[in-house]
Amino acid sequence: MFLLRILQGDRSGQLFMLVLIATLVAVPVMAALPADHALHLSSYTVTLLGKYLTYALLAVAVDLVWGYLGILSLGHAAFFALGGYAMGMYLMRQIGDRGVYGNPELPDFMVFLDWQELPWFWFGMDQFWFAMLMVMVAPGLLAFVFGWFAFRSRVTGVYLSIITQALTFALMLAFFRNEMGFGGNNGLTDFKDILGFSLQSDSTRMGLFIASGIALGLGYLSCRAIVKSRLGRVAVAIRDTEDRVRFVGYRVENVKLAIFTFSAMLAGIAGALYVPQVGIINPSEFQPLNSIEVVVWVAMGGRATLYGAVIGAVGVNYAKTWFTGALPDAWLFALGALFVFVTLLLPRGIAGLFRRRGGA
Amino acid sequence: MKFLSVLLLCLSLLPAHAARVETGDERLDGIFEALMGSDFAAKEDAISALAATGHAQRFEWIEGILDGRLRLLKKQKRLVWAEQQGSRYVATDALSGEMLGEFKKRKLKKIAINNAMRRGIRGILATRDLDSEDPAARLSSIQAMLANPSPGQAQLVEPRLASEADPEVRSAMQLVLALGKLGAQARKERLQAVIDVSASLEPAVRQQLQKMTDSDPDAGVRAAAARSLEKIEERVRLFGHLETLFFGLSLGSVLVLAAIGLAITFGVMGVINMAHGELIMLGAYTTYLMQLLLPEHTGLSLLLSIPAAFIVSGLVGIAIERGVIRFLYGRPLETLLATFGISLILQQLVRTLISPQNVPVSNPEFMSGFWQVNSVLSLTYNRLYIILFCLLVFAGLFLILKRTRLGLQVRAVSQNRSMARAMGVHSARVDALTFGLGSGIAGVAGVALSQLTNVGPNLGQAYIVDSFMVVVFGGVGNLWGTLIGGIGLGVANKFMEPWAGAVMAKILILVLVILFIQKRPRGLFPQKGRAAEG
Repeated sequence: MFLLRILQGDRSGQLFMLVLIATLVAVPVMAALPADHALHLSSYTVTLLGKYLTYALLAVAVDLVWGYLGILSLGHAAFFALGGYAMGMYLMRQIGDRGVYGNPELPDFMVFLDWQELPWFWFGMDQFWFAMLMVMVAPGLLAFVFGWFAFRSRVTGVYLSIITQALTFALMLAFFRNEMGFGGNNGLTDFKDILGFSLQSDSTRMGLFIASGIALGLGYLSCRAIVKSRLGRVAVAIRDTEDRVRFVGYRVENVKLAIFTFSAMLAGIAGALYVPQVGIINPSEFQPLNSIEVVVWVAMGGRATLYGAVIGAVGVNYAKTWFTGALPDAWLFALGALFVFVTLLLPRGIAGLFRRRGGA
Repeated sequence: MKFLSVLLLCLSLLPAHAARVETGDERLDGIFEALMGSDFAAKEDAISALAATGHAQRFEWIEGILDGRLRLLKKQKRLVWAEQQGSRYVATDALSGEMLGEFKKRKLKKIAINNAMRRGIRGILATRDLDSEDPAARLSSIQAMLANPSPGQAQLVEPRLASEADPEVRSAMQLVLALGKLGAQARKERLQAVIDVSASLEPAVRQQLQKMTDSDPDAGVRAAAARSLEKIEERVRLFGHLETLFFGLSLGSVLVLAAIGLAITFGVMGVINMAHGELIMLGAYTTYLMQLLLPEHTGLSLLLSIPAAFIVSGLVGIAIERGVIRFLYGRPLETLLATFGISLILQQLVRTLISPQNVPVSNPEFMSGFWQVNSVLSLTYNRLYIILFCLLVFAGLFLILKRTRLGLQVRAVSQNRSMARAMGVHSARVDALTFGLGSGIAGVAGVALSQLTNVGPNLGQAYIVDSFMVVVFGGVGNLWGTLIGGIGLGVANKFMEPWAGAVMAKILILVLVILFIQKRPRGLFPQKGRAAEG
């Protein structure tokens, strides 16, 4: 009932949830079809779709802060990667003594670096519940501390964008260092299983796909709930005229801080679901380019719609998969042209096209 | 002379298995005989003795031993010069120069030497130029002695000190003498020497002092040596700091060069140009193409690259402004995204048209090498030139903005667009030219960077975050802020490196800038204005 209340009056949201649920039902059915059937989905495709869904969740998180709060974050890949690293640490601990060096306590790269014991921040990471807590706490904490400083001193607009970019750039440099204890350049990889299920098996992959879908659905609903609440309306007011909201008496920085932190946690969850599906997490996930790419998914799909972010994420990533397979050299041309095209000609994204047609 | 007597004594004790050598010179007889033998110690002494004879050909012979041209003609028991001609060797007598005819290789035996002897020979050869006419040759000879100290040096140098006219050579000679006195027998002499050398920075002096601090028999000398050493170390540290400062200045200059074009487009026009890094990259590639056009003249092509890169990047910049940015004025976040897209296109364009790999750009003659200030401080020319170049570019840009009509119009438009238009400024044209100017400067920065780092499609990406940091740190819309911010960040980075490591220093700088912006959101030198928000 509660869920229905959230979706009340949100036509496109209802449609989106229906499509999502239909996908979550159809994909397992199609994967179960015999291999020579025309509609059969290979395990590779399922994992690819699962990856798109985690990207979509990340895009929803970015849309929440950019579309409804007016903060263009060029550092959301950092939160995504932090969540991914938390999950990666759990998966590393699950390898146990099956690593190349067979050390039951230490991951391979630590043995290689001749470390004697686990660094303190690795403790507890062998417990699934604790690792999942960290998936949200680590990015959330970073966003909270960063936002605490940034919003209080009223860093806004372009300046904020640039320092979020510097933040993820600094984290990338830091994670490249072996001394950090996160596997340096190579990152964390060679995972074996999650909660006792082998990551190689088709059923686990299907499970991760469904989990990603459910996370996306819940993420969408929670963002929708925030947007519909009083908090959400203040956020939109801040986006439009920050000073006026402040003069009226709202604590602008607290509103921003709450939504920014929530969005970072959502990005962390997306990262945590992404890592077991692609099987690796390394510092290149922190690249500033990744964060900006997310922004273009959102811009492409349409800002301040939430479902537009999903369309953009899935659409652009599908195009990327196709281009890198068929015309690898042309992908950056296409992506670059997309940036220019969307900002110049489609300021409201694909969702804007639907809306105009619906309104007329 | 001491060596000679020892040597002669040795020789007289040797069994006379070799035939007498007739050279017409008693001293040389013994020396040549020893050189023909197989006893390394005797040969070593013979070489020292040969050096001390003062014979006109002594250095040639000693060098001949080192490079194997001086050989033993086995049958005749003579030392000869052997010169290869085809498969045979032509021998001439080492002493008289008499032609002895052609011989097979096995008839001529090399004089076998070991590593200790090689070192000794090099030390002796270093003294060859002591009497050279050219003061530079004398100086390098003395410096070779300092770098490779051996006991007999002081005696060689002492008689020449009085007649030496060149002050630089004189002071180096005095240092050699003092170094020799550090090993003197008398306590008083050693003590004086320890004090005399305390102004020197030579590593040999420091080594010797360290040795004395640890193991001199006299407590007073040990203490004095420790004091001198401390004094020297302090100066070495000072020069170390100067070197770090120099590195910091050159890194800072690179940052300023990369950021100063951005200071115009972002600072003066308020446009976020994420393709700025790629405009730098285009400048670097222009240098590369220029070198392909003029492969013989690296220096000339580098100089020509400066205006060429300015034009190439400037034109691309104007095209970007006319084609995309002018539709997005007043929407800074959209501008950011669109220009980012352009940066991707430019990168891929270079990958497709030229090469996805890095391309080689060579340094001209005058950029390589270094300026040796003293034995612990040397400044490389390419860094020196970068610092100068950065200041020149800055000064040029400053003059353009302050002294030309275009500069006046640019400032007017940036301060109050509608008022400037009302006064008859063609604001669209000014926008395009300003953007072209900032982009052109980025191209010039690319020429400079091509001399320092790898030139590849990702060159620009490496500098874009840094450039924004510099501009934001220095204060938007303020050229002086960019200069001071860039130099400051560069110097701070280099001073942190020794204790934090290169990567950590960079991270710390980023974090510090982020924190700084929290404290002063509008940078070091904020633009004054009446706007309520920035």
